[in-house]
Amino acid sequence: MITNPFLEHALLAGTFIAIACGLVGWFAVLRAQVFAADALSHFAFTGAIVGLALGLDARLGLFVFTIGCALLLAALGGRSRVDDLTIGIAITWVLGLGVLALAFFATSSAGSGGASAAIALFGSILGLDAPHADLAAVIGIGISVVMLVIARPLLFSSIDPAAARARGVPVVLLGVLFLVALGGVAAEATQAVGALLLLGLVAAPAGAAHRLTNHPYRGMVLSAAIGVVSVWVGLWIANTFPNIPPGSAIIAVASAAFFCAGAPAAMGRAVRRLHLGAPAADATATPDIDRA
Amino acid sequence: MTNPSLSWNILWDARQLLAYPFMVQALLAGTIAAVLSGVLGWYMVLRRQTFAGHTLSAMAFPGATGGLLFGLPGALGYYIACVVAALAMTRRGTSRGGTPGLQSAQIGTVQAVGLAAGFLFLSLSSGILGGLDDLLFGSFLGITPAQVLALAVVAVVVLGTLAWIGRPLLFASLDPEAAQALGLPVRALEIGFMLLLGLTVAATTQITGALLVFALLVTPPATAQRLSSRPGWSLVLSVGCALLVIWLSLGAAYFSIYPLGFFTTSIGFALYLIALAGTSIARRRRGVQPA
Repeated sequence: MITNPFLEHALLAGTFIAIACGLVGWFAVLRAQVFAADALSHFAFTGAIVGLALGLDARLGLFVFTIGCALLLAALGGRSRVDDLTIGIAITWVLGLGVLALAFFATSSAGSGGASAAIALFGSILGLDAPHADLAAVIGIGISVVMLVIARPLLFSSIDPAAARARGVPVVLLGVLFLVALGGVAAEATQAVGALLLLGLVAAPAGAAHRLTNHPYRGMVLSAAIGVVSVWVGLWIANTFPNIPPGSAIIAVASAAFFCAGAPAAMGRAVRRLHLGAPAADATATPDIDRA
Repeated sequence: MTNPSLSWNILWDARQLLAYPFMVQALLAGTIAAVLSGVLGWYMVLRRQTFAGHTLSAMAFPGATGGLLFGLPGALGYYIACVVAALAMTRRGTSRGGTPGLQSAQIGTVQAVGLAAGFLFLSLSSGILGGLDDLLFGSFLGITPAQVLALAVVAVVVLGTLAWIGRPLLFASLDPEAAQALGLPVRALEIGFMLLLGLTVAATTQITGALLVFALLVTPPATAQRLSSRPGWSLVLSVGCALLVIWLSLGAAYFSIYPLGFFTTSIGFALYLIALAGTSIARRRRGVQPA
């Protein structure tokens, strides 16, 4: 079936990036930190331009800058998780810096700054050569292994930070490690398959898995699996219909999984409303009050 | 007057600023955009919907490319993209489907779908989107009077509606459970607010670009809410900060070679840092433990 070498590279890189995104994303959804993933993919864009403006390798600038920003986000959060407002302010400021770097880059070289900025923003999964695909696969495997190693304590400290701290789990360190892993995935995915795919592969498969099961390890496996299947089906669609960009096809499959996973719950709410004749919010609000 | 230069004479500087019609249009549009985003952003920050606001600002991409592909007139593509995304991101109260994690997953998915759609539209129209930089950073210097008028109309509609639902919305934002218990239509207010936010972003993005609309939506309200906890006062402060940011950055961009986007984000960020430092010093003076 696979005759095109670029498709082969895309499958190799896409599969392992999807696994890493699925595992990291499962925790990002659990910890309500999907916005941090989004922010880090923007920071990767700025990092690439800053690297170019300083005359460094764009890839090096991107990795150093993104992981540095992950550490900064962790520091801004202090002992707790960094909140959405802080992330939002960080995004605006860092993107402003990116604009400045872009202006420097455009004036310092005769090259077209806008074009390379666009490439940094939308790396193409079908444009990978063999060494880059191998590298992407290795980084994907590395981040997946890190996530599996810290999965158990991270799970405990995400669900109940106070109890975890009391039991001697290094909650703050785990939070930092998680954001660094998120930064690593963001940097790798942005330059290999594009910032567009990163957010889709972090948010949608993990959201679907959370909707389908409450069981942690089953959820992680499911999340990675939905990501991998999205990449494969998306690449097949893009290969069959050349007009459709591969990134769009992959996102379409992943988001379809997310919205379909919400269908049973929505149907359940509708049925309950029909049977009870009462708004569904009443039926589901009770456990919240109990917990509080 | 081909090369404007800054002097110590403020009147002379102001006359230089207003010498070109494009600059007058930019100042007018910037003022309306600042008032609009200062108010809407204040509610957005209060309701902790920063991620949703950021996603709306990203909808400029599918809006512009969709408009290109389907040949929509003017800015209709922006409005459709923003309103659809706003409706797709509404939260459903405190039920299980509305846990914070799943909400952020839903917003992230909406953003990914929007960007994917933009990419697909771009590929299908097989054209190159003119001015990616304009899309991100706005074309402040090419605003027509018709655009300013359209922005003003949207501003009147949005602010008028907000004047009507503002008080219940404030209550529902601060304490949704109590508001629901008292019989306020919390879900309808949520949908209404997201629609207003979508309209605001769609109207403002065409002028300021995707990056600046988010900068105006986030930093001035965050600064204002840091400075005052009284709703009315902090709302006024938010609009004031937004106006200050846009006027200062338009002036700075006019007199320098660096881009407007950098000035808007940096001045906003500087104001926020000053507010942060000022309030923590004041708290320490009063002997209150920093929060």
